Parts: sequence; C-alpha cells; structure tokens
Amino acid sequence: MGTRLGKQTIRLDTKPVIQSWASIVGAKEGHGPLGRFFDEIIEDEYFGEKSFEKAESRFLRETLAKTLMKGGVSANDIQYVFAGDLLNQCVAANFGIRESEIPFFGLYGACSTMAESLTLGSLMVEGGFAERCVCITSSHFCSAEKQFRFPLEFGNQRPPTAQWTVTGAGGVMVGKAGDGPRVVHVTTGKIVDMGITDSNDMGSAMAPAACDTITAHFREANLPLNHYELVVTGDLGIHGRNICLKLLEENGIAISDFYDDCGVMIYDREKQKTDCGGSGCACSAVVLAGYILEKLSRRELNRVLFVATGALHSPITVQQGESIPAIAHAVGIEMI
Amino acid sequence: MEQKRTKEEYRKWSQQQAPGTPKAKNLVMAFLVGGIICTIGQFILRALLNTGMAKEDAGSLTTLFMIFIGAFLTGLNVYDDIGRIGGAGAAIPVTGFANSIVSPAMEYKKEGYVMGVGARMFLIAGPVLVYGIFSSIIAGIVYYLVS
Repeated sequence: MGTRLGKQTIRLDTKPVIQSWASIVGAKEGHGPLGRFFDEIIEDEYFGEKSFEKAESRFLRETLAKTLMKGGVSANDIQYVFAGDLLNQCVAANFGIRESEIPFFGLYGACSTMAESLTLGSLMVEGGFAERCVCITSSHFCSAEKQFRFPLEFGNQRPPTAQWTVTGAGGVMVGKAGDGPRVVHVTTGKIVDMGITDSNDMGSAMAPAACDTITAHFREANLPLNHYELVVTGDLGIHGRNICLKLLEENGIAISDFYDDCGVMIYDREKQKTDCGGSGCACSAVVLAGYILEKLSRRELNRVLFVATGALHSPITVQQGESIPAIAHAVGIEMI
Repeated sequence: MEQKRTKEEYRKWSQQQAPGTPKAKNLVMAFLVGGIICTIGQFILRALLNTGMAKEDAGSLTTLFMIFIGAFLTGLNVYDDIGRIGGAGAAIPVTGFANSIVSPAMEYKKEGYVMGVGARMFLIAGPVLVYGIFSSIIAGIVYYLVS
C-alpha cells in the first residue's frame, strides 16, 4: 500500500510497472538530437487540423492510442487517465480524451504535469484502485505562443533566456504487473517562489523548485547520491540547469556527473536556435516516453530520477506584477 | 528547504549567470535593417516626387506603400524573420506597425471575424494608438496656446 517516508515522499511497495509508452513530436523535435527515439514525427504543425489547439488535441489523442496499442490493450482496460496541458482550461487534454470514454482526471501542473500525472497514476495502481492508468501530457509551440506570448508572425526578438515550447505529446501506461521499468518513489513538490517576475526567464524561476524537490527526495528516501544513474529535470534549459546544479551543491548534493535536463537534451540549441532549450509539458513527457524509458527497458540505464518542473503563472498574473511560482515533482523509476 | 538567499539576492545572482543579450550585434543589425527599410521608403518617395507629385501627397503615398509592404511580408510569413534579425530596426518603421496589426489578425482568424480578427487586431498596436493619439492631442493644445 506504499509507505510514507517524510513530508513529501512515498515509497511504493508494489512498485507499479510502466507497461508501455509512446511519444509523438513535431518537426523541430524530430530533427533534434533525440529524433530517432520518438514513435512518430509530424512535419505539419497543424497535424491536418484547422487550428493549433485542435492540432495539440490530436497529438494527445494519437499518443493515447499509440500507448494503448503498444501495451496491447484497449481503452476498456484502462481505469483512469490523468492528463493535462498548458492551454486555458486544459482544453488539449479535454478534447483529446473526449472520445476515449476512459474515466478522466484533468491536471494542471504547467510543465510539471508529466510527473504529476505519473505520480497520481502510480499511486492509484499502488492503492489497488486501478489495474492500469494512462498518464499523458501535451504541448504545442504555436498554441503556447498564442496564449502566453505574441502572435507567431509578430516580428519581435527572443531574449537569450527564452525557451522553445516543445510540440508533441508523451504518454505512459502504468499498471500492476509486467517486467518494464517500475515506479519506486514519488516526491511531490511544494510551490517555491523566489520572486522572479520575468516570464522569459523560466529557468531562474523553476530552478529553486527543482532543487527543493530533489533535496527532499534524497533526504526523505534516504538514498545515497549515486543511487541514480541519471537525475533529469523537465525544462530548466541550460541557464536553469546551471543554476539548479549550483543550488544543489550548496545543499550538499553534488550530482553534476549524472544530472541532465530534458530541455537541454531535446534540441541542438545552437543549430536549432532555441536559446536556452525546450520547455512545455511535452518537453519532459516526450523525453521520458521517448528516450528515458527506452534506455531503461534496454537496461542501458537502471535507475532514473525524473523531475518535471513547472511555472505556475499566467499572462494575467505576470501583467499584474506577480512573481512566478514554480513546482517540481520527482518520480524515481528503476529496473528491478 | 531553507533558502540561502533572499528573493532580491537570488534574482541578482541568477541574472548574473544568465546568458547576456548580444548588444553590439543587435545594434548593428537594427541599424542595417532599419536603414534598409528607410532607404526603400526614400526610394519610393523620390520616385513619386519625380512624377511631379506634391511633397505632402508623395509623403502620404509613400507611407501607404510601406504599410502595404509590411502587411504583405507578414502575410508571406517573412516579417517575423526580419523582426528577429532586425529587432527595433524592424519594429519602429511603419512596416513594423503594419506587422503588429496584421500578425494578430492572422493568428485570431480561427476565432471568427468579429471576436477574433476584429477584437484582437489591435492587441499589440492598441497601446501605441491610444497613447499616440493622446499625446498628439496634448501637443496640439500646446501648439495652439503657443502660436
């Protein structure tokens, strides 16, 4: 039934299994360094739909279908789907899940949603309330720009701390049995707000939250620092990644040899002109469902701490001068 | 976790490590792109004056030509690239103003012609219009009182 190890961390005793995973990405992600790990690359930013919001829903819908297909199950075999995205009212998830007829929890954890959904799905399985859950998130560069920044064709300059929202969706199916990677620990983040007000500098806003959760994870789970072969944050970008490492070292957590960030991994920042790197719900989701789980299942990695990071602001709170609250959730995934 | 820095200290500390804006490059590119746009404008103006048109008429018509070019290049998905390279050099000329109106109009077309295109068209240009017109009224009053 799981054991509570501290204020934020739970050890899952049944160790729910990640039975299948799928990722579908846009052209830019597909042409990036991790391109060969994704299931499908969609060159058309509209994905054959009439709007970017519809396109994002389609990314999520098709990724759900692919996750089920790869797991060899149908929608009827899934007890819950946990899904979310960046759009107002989580519409990409709402419309993407609409036809599936699976009981649905819509989540908003900004770019931390993949870890949030995986945490809740795993706990649902651990508690015995579900045989299988699907945890899935999406984001789309064009719909995110429209909601959070400027129209696409507006000729403005991106500041060097800006990041590029990943287009795509990543999903995992977590269940009771199987021999895939297992969810062993979950550490739920607290909101950390260090007063950053610049919405073009998410790395600075989210790094303290990532540091807070990673520190809590190692302390509460009482694990040696070399327990994991990879500690990977969601979308801090190169700037946030560097800050996060320094903050961790100040806390006595020196993990620079096996620490990386999905936002740094997904693009060739110089060639693809993405400034500090990738961001968005799909950034950590597709790197998890594309690269990390693949590496785990081939036993090229055995233990990974997946820490998705989210900035919990809206354009309105930024305009009102509010600072950017951030959160990070950690999920310890291991091959046993 | 206890924070070792106050919020103010953290903001300064993180900013120090942030990748810097390439100011020299941005200035040179803004000068070049802005210069090229204005040279095109000047070329059109001279050509119109050469047809024997009055100076005021030629000036107005030149502005119209430049607005058309800005809007057209926005429609062709080119002006955002010019803006990314040229920065303020692309934003300040009237072509940039046209871009700021046409780009939201294109973006919000999916939400319909009334609440989409109509309502959102001045999303970026709105403040410029409001405060531009307001300050021109003030300037007009001052001019009237002085002269």
